Amino acid sequence: MPLLENGHIKDDTWATVTGDAPIPATGAVIVPFARLEEGLARAGDAPLGVAIGPDVDVALLRPALPRLGLVAVTFTTFRDGRAFTQARALREHLSFAGEIRATGKPLPDQYEFMLRCGITTVQTERAEDISVWRQAHEIISVAYQPSVLHERRQGLGLRRFLS
Amino acid sequence: MSTDTATLPVGRYAYDQVDRTFLSQRVAQFREQVNRRIAGDLSEDEFKPLRLMNGLYLQLHAYMLRVAVPYGMMGSDQMRMLAHIARTYDRDYGHFTTRQNMQFNWIRLEDTPDILEHLAGVDMHAIQTSGNCIRNVTCDEFAGAAADELLDPRIHAEVLRQWSTLHPEFSFLPRKFKIAISGSPHDRVAARFHDIGLVARPGPQGRPVFDVFVGGGLGRTPIIGVQLRDNLPEEDLVAYLEAIVRVYNAYGRRDNMYKARIKILVQALGLEAFREKVDAEFALMDRADYRLDPAIVEGIRARFGIPELVAPADAAQTLAADRKADPAFDRWVRTNTHPHRNDGFISAVISIKPDGGIPGDVTADQMDLIAELADGWSFGEIRVTHMQNVVLGHVRKDRLRDLWTRLVAAGLGTPNIGLVGDIIACPGLDYCSLANARSIPIAQKLSARFADPELQERIGRLHINISGCINACGHHHAGHIGILGVDKRGEEFFQLTLGGSAANDVAIGQIIGPALPEDETVDAIARLIDTYLVLRQGDEQFIDTYRRLGAASFKDAVYAPA
Repeated sequence: MPLLENGHIKDDTWATVTGDAPIPATGAVIVPFARLEEGLARAGDAPLGVAIGPDVDVALLRPALPRLGLVAVTFTTFRDGRAFTQARALREHLSFAGEIRATGKPLPDQYEFMLRCGITTVQTERAEDISVWRQAHEIISVAYQPSVLHERRQGLGLRRFLS
Repeated sequence: MSTDTATLPVGRYAYDQVDRTFLSQRVAQFREQVNRRIAGDLSEDEFKPLRLMNGLYLQLHAYMLRVAVPYGMMGSDQMRMLAHIARTYDRDYGHFTTRQNMQFNWIRLEDTPDILEHLAGVDMHAIQTSGNCIRNVTCDEFAGAAADELLDPRIHAEVLRQWSTLHPEFSFLPRKFKIAISGSPHDRVAARFHDIGLVARPGPQGRPVFDVFVGGGLGRTPIIGVQLRDNLPEEDLVAYLEAIVRVYNAYGRRDNMYKARIKILVQALGLEAFREKVDAEFALMDRADYRLDPAIVEGIRARFGIPELVAPADAAQTLAADRKADPAFDRWVRTNTHPHRNDGFISAVISIKPDGGIPGDVTADQMDLIAELADGWSFGEIRVTHMQNVVLGHVRKDRLRDLWTRLVAAGLGTPNIGLVGDIIACPGLDYCSLANARSIPIAQKLSARFADPELQERIGRLHINISGCINACGHHHAGHIGILGVDKRGEEFFQLTLGGSAANDVAIGQIIGPALPEDETVDAIARLIDTYLVLRQGDEQFIDTYRRLGAASFKDAVYAPA
């Protein structure tokens, strides 16, 4: 599926380096967490992103974050919800303002959860029509707890409207 | 306006248009998911977590739909809808669960969107009754009525219901997550057998404070929860729970579903290390963002209907005279009622454990009758208990005998609450694909064996819990007498544990010896109880005799019949 942002297709300006492949000298590049130092050592100021697995403690990214434009979190399976907590911690504890990209195999039905945890873009290995994702984003308009999107509480109780 | 509050349902949160919008969107979403499944766009593997988030399980013979009854509270209109669903989509009955919910065992997948739409019509749903999310929050069945209560826990149960509803971060946890909340010093919610147990009481300036227990649970690895925090201020309730569940989501095991509950994480890290992680997370959080403002709590409280408790001055005397006049009624009052905070009222427990019956099963006609009795006697309010019974919370004492007469006529007047007939049993191999043995027939045989109400009362307080497999849905570890079904070379055997308790004297039952064949189990338990009657001192309860004498005194009775 193409890259998705707020329910719409977006051009992907990032190149993803996998395994031991060489890191390009120029352009926006996402490197694996294990090669973050190598990425940071790259000359110039081209954008750098890092891809992390669900078991990475995002606090480890703290020193590098000012230099990072993107963090890719991974849903190795849709059942593994750790990426939600990673994204939330990046936004709330580490004040990361760049792109948080969901990769792997999340379900479209998790899209609203992702957005409310601070994930901004999705690039999945799944093949659904993009309308399924858009619908998942639009179908529910009410939520009952605080999120990183800081929706304003409406009236009584904990609830708030999603835009 | 007073006319508005007069129409609020008693004892539970009243939905308004915003809440109803949410529910109808949720039903539309599930309808679309079912369509994608039927069209083949979703595999069963992918559909599973989605249907589980709407309470739909695939059981041995059919789909099972578990309908949420938040903190066990519902209204007569909702009960009538459940009766309608039982008649229309199931086989004319439903089943009350130990999490205070109602489940239907014979549901067709293609009917579920319509069923959910019917439920939404009476502000009900099946969200978070299954799946690896924060489940329906359970609560004291005598909340808001009990004489010993310090604080009505339902308001904060509703706060937690709202907070956990489709929580964006915590809907794909390592495993299910269960929270119970009590506002009484007498634990009726098994707070220390929950992932999180909350015990509330009034604190400074009248705002509540909470003792927080974590890491308790039954299942394959029974563990008693430990106190993580005392005197948690109300305004930090949501933030602190977020911190706990976030630590669990990040560090709980995902490689083995049998080691994935938070209790295993707490054990693996140790309480201190776990607490450090929670405190560190809590310290990092933007507390203003997560603050549970008293105004939020009061806004929710204002949506709860309050019963107008007006009784004649001589209501208590009338009840006393009624009891004197009728020994059978007197017995039922002794066993099936609970003291109310208002002297003119009493809480009545309707036993869903008839002699020889299936614990928790209720027919559509009985549901309608319970709804009618709730309207006539208890402000239309109905409570489902974690013991799989039903409570009418606010019954006028002078009208109790009339209620009892109606119950007896309908076969719902069994006087066995808290006694040997008040058995908790899981659905077992009759329904469940996980079970090794049939729990229900053992429950029925025991119930029939001890049907004599005089004998039951002589035996006194005795909790029997039956699970059909080690997943322990019948909470056998927490029973004074626990019965666990095991499979031995294709034959059903039953292992006995003694000495468990889910109350203030919380304990995990200990295995007494080798498992017994099915046809010897009921006799062995009868001998065990006979032995207790011989050994007890004064009016000592079974659990106390067991604790005084230990297992050895009972072992001979179980294994060496005279």
